[in-house]
Amino acid sequence: MAQPLEADGRRFDPEDVGRPGPAVAPAAPSRTSLGRWWRRFARNPGALFGLVVFLGIVAMAVLAPLLAPYDPIAQGVGTPLEGPSAAHWAGTDSFGRDIWSRIIYGSRVALVVGIVAVLLAMVIGVTLGLISGYYGGWVDVVIMRVMDGLFAFPIIILAIAMMAVMGFGVRNVIIAVGVGFIAPFARVTRGDVLAVKEEPYIEAARLAGVGSLAIIFQHVLPNVMAPIIVQGALRVSGAIITEAGLSFLGLGPPPPTPAWGRMIAEGQTFIVMAPHISTFPGIALMLAIVALNLLGDGLRDTLDPRMRR
Amino acid sequence: MRATSRPSEPVADAPPQIVLEVRGLTVEFDSEDGPLRAVDDVGFQIRRGEIVGLVGESGAGKSLTSEAILGLIRRPPGRVTGEVRFGGRDLLALDESALARIRGKDIAMIFQNPSASLNPVFRVGEQMLEAMALHLPERRSTLRERVVETLARVGIPSPAARARDYPHQFSGGMAQRVMIGMGVSCVPSLLIADEPTTALDVTIQAQVLALIRRLARELGVAVLLVSHDLGIISQMCHRVLVLYAGRVVESAPVAAIFRAPAHPYTRGLIECLPQLEGTARLGAITGNMPGLRALPTGCRFHPRCPIAEPRCSTESPALRDLATGHAAACHLAGTR
Amino acid sequence: MVRFVLSRIGQTLAVLFTVSVIIFALMRMIPGDPVLMRLGDDFTEEAYERLRGELGFDRSIVTQYLIWLGQVLRGDLGDSFLNHERVSRLVLEAFVPTLILVLASVIVGILIAVPSGIVAAMRKDSLWDWGSMGFAIFVYSMPSFWKGIILIWIFSVYLGWFPAMGYVPPWTNLSQGLWRLVLPAVTLGTFFSGLVARIIRSSLLEVLDQDYVKAARARGVRRAALVYKHALANALIPVVTVIGLQFGALLGGAVLTETVFAIPGMGRLSVNAILNRDYSVVQGTILVGVFAVVVVNLLVDLAYAFLNPRIRVA
Repeated sequence: MAQPLEADGRRFDPEDVGRPGPAVAPAAPSRTSLGRWWRRFARNPGALFGLVVFLGIVAMAVLAPLLAPYDPIAQGVGTPLEGPSAAHWAGTDSFGRDIWSRIIYGSRVALVVGIVAVLLAMVIGVTLGLISGYYGGWVDVVIMRVMDGLFAFPIIILAIAMMAVMGFGVRNVIIAVGVGFIAPFARVTRGDVLAVKEEPYIEAARLAGVGSLAIIFQHVLPNVMAPIIVQGALRVSGAIITEAGLSFLGLGPPPPTPAWGRMIAEGQTFIVMAPHISTFPGIALMLAIVALNLLGDGLRDTLDPRMRR
Repeated sequence: MRATSRPSEPVADAPPQIVLEVRGLTVEFDSEDGPLRAVDDVGFQIRRGEIVGLVGESGAGKSLTSEAILGLIRRPPGRVTGEVRFGGRDLLALDESALARIRGKDIAMIFQNPSASLNPVFRVGEQMLEAMALHLPERRSTLRERVVETLARVGIPSPAARARDYPHQFSGGMAQRVMIGMGVSCVPSLLIADEPTTALDVTIQAQVLALIRRLARELGVAVLLVSHDLGIISQMCHRVLVLYAGRVVESAPVAAIFRAPAHPYTRGLIECLPQLEGTARLGAITGNMPGLRALPTGCRFHPRCPIAEPRCSTESPALRDLATGHAAACHLAGTR
Repeated sequence: MVRFVLSRIGQTLAVLFTVSVIIFALMRMIPGDPVLMRLGDDFTEEAYERLRGELGFDRSIVTQYLIWLGQVLRGDLGDSFLNHERVSRLVLEAFVPTLILVLASVIVGILIAVPSGIVAAMRKDSLWDWGSMGFAIFVYSMPSFWKGIILIWIFSVYLGWFPAMGYVPPWTNLSQGLWRLVLPAVTLGTFFSGLVARIIRSSLLEVLDQDYVKAARARGVRRAALVYKHALANALIPVVTVIGLQFGALLGGAVLTETVFAIPGMGRLSVNAILNRDYSVVQGTILVGVFAVVVVNLLVDLAYAFLNPRIRVA
């Protein structure tokens, strides 16, 4: 006996206890309009907060010269180890430098490392994932084994190892962090590629004689972008934390360049008499991370409702 | 239509006592578009020893009706009103712990997907033991024997060994037997079977249905059989209720329903069944059952009804008695 | 089950092989003559030639790798450039405090995360839920080294409840050892709990929706048993795998936490080594660290297989 179908082929069955409403059928991912995405995204207060804060930090980094009241590396602009005051919003450090200005400039390091490292990892990782997932076979096995190997390294440890080879400094931090994040991007991409590979429209393109590379980049890639973007946002926060950690250990940009991690390390010695030195950069760091995590979660909820909890 | 071997009507001098009486059962859900009524003013009775069928398409409200009886619907977002009289009490007025004492003991329920109805990390025997220990006073060691007996009684070979197995080691048919066994192990007055064979192969279906029928007869258990399959209903049930868009549209003894269906929807359903003899075209009902957000005015079936009159779009027909035990909700029932 | 175990062990060996190649390659890329580096102050012409031969520098890179691998498997990780001590001994000594810290953190983390996740799931969308999950995101987002410093500031400097730094092995002095572990374990443990609480919550919510919970309820199982027996038994299983996956992150966090609290563990050892260009020690710490991560992952997967009847009993 025929069961009734809704117009678009789904079955409407409110029989699910406690779950009124139609079940969401996994539709073929399509290019939805930017407007619709934005409206869905904007409904999530956490995500909006994350976006606003993130943009604020970007603005802070870009407009640093305009926003910073003092030169971040100029010593003695204020009495050393003074707490927050009207002249120095975040107080001064042991060299008499204005901490607020250093925080503003520190955002540059954080963002540059975070974004560039993740972009690097994304480009390499996604490409590897696409190749591995699409072609399969021994290419897949080899790439995935290498990824497994990379994945086994905790990021900090891998970064330390790489910096033993390359030396310290911002550029090497970016490379080290970037390499560390290749594996997650490759894995996520590969997983989705494996699923998308079986879709009818890929088969159709193949039969129509479209070349493999074209298929990969024009048909497969757009349909796996959503989780990659989500990963990207979440990994930027990971990259920023890692950079901060490396700076904290002394492996980041050399002094006197302001970096939040190192500022926190410098502050630890003075925690008793001048706790503000560590506190404020830490708050900035945490704000950035929370914002990016919320942004990433929000993006995930917007771009792929199936993954919603 | 399949060759029917209908169960004989329960013979009695006086009608057997009523086990379950449902009156005005309504289930609503809150949604962005306002409250949605998935079950609307459903009423019926089940007597001792009867097998009553609840038939309707997917989405008609059958499962919700059966779950509402046992209080399984989550109260927010759902709202259940009406009366469900069982054992001298209104089940809808009972709290969770009182209901828990009835569930599995006086009223048992089995579901559509038997393999999913068992907890995958516990052994099957343990789960059966748990269910029995909740309701029966005997010691656990005695109950363990009863578990094995129950498995044997529902036709599971090597019951003692199988009791130590995990659910994933049981096939669908075997799992449903286990669920049936669990269901009747405390000899309930009522067994609710919600699409018990839909997820099973046709050959297994027949076995499971036969098992239900046999146990119902042996133990005197009344059965509420929910299904979308008229064939199964015709084989198993004494009486049938037809549900459409949350409302009862016809209620009759099974012979009467098939011989003289009064409601156009029922007629349509029967015409959809393939005939073994003859070369008549397979019937179909045009259109789809309306979604809860777009219910038609008046009679809910009128947009698809071949004999609808203007009155049908404005006035909602009430369930009227046509003959003894035969009622239909149609303005034109009994005519044409 | 046997098949699963064998395949997982095979996978682990493959990963360990890849890791060893990566580490070997990295070490070879360090600018400078590796033989010279190993000799350090003991340079003589003949020692140089001899070591060169021993390490296979006159032969192919593959042979060099194999020789290196052989040494590693025998436990010979070379000598520290700084103080000429056996790297293997240094690393193993440092490994113990790190392990203790990580274990304590996992325990703290689970003690916080499990009740938190359960409460959040059971009272979904209530204040408890938002509060729990908000707290989880909060502690998960806090950089562990900063969190450590703040905790020191509040609980050590301001309140004076705990010592700020230092490490005492628990077997030397149990109360001192544990007392000094509290702040570092809370630092790392809260990070861990942030992640696990969210996972427990979503896992539990998913399980509570399952048919077998509904069916159990229809059999008369009471609410408490439904949640704490039926649901939790299923919901906690995937959490075990998460612990394994997060072990790497925990180890990374331990590196930073040890620096804050002056714990003489792997973190401090490797950071000092890299700052001092003591490459043998760097290599040693990385080898042991990654090896530990891989082995823990294997153990966790095996535990998962044991807990999941679908795998344990085919």
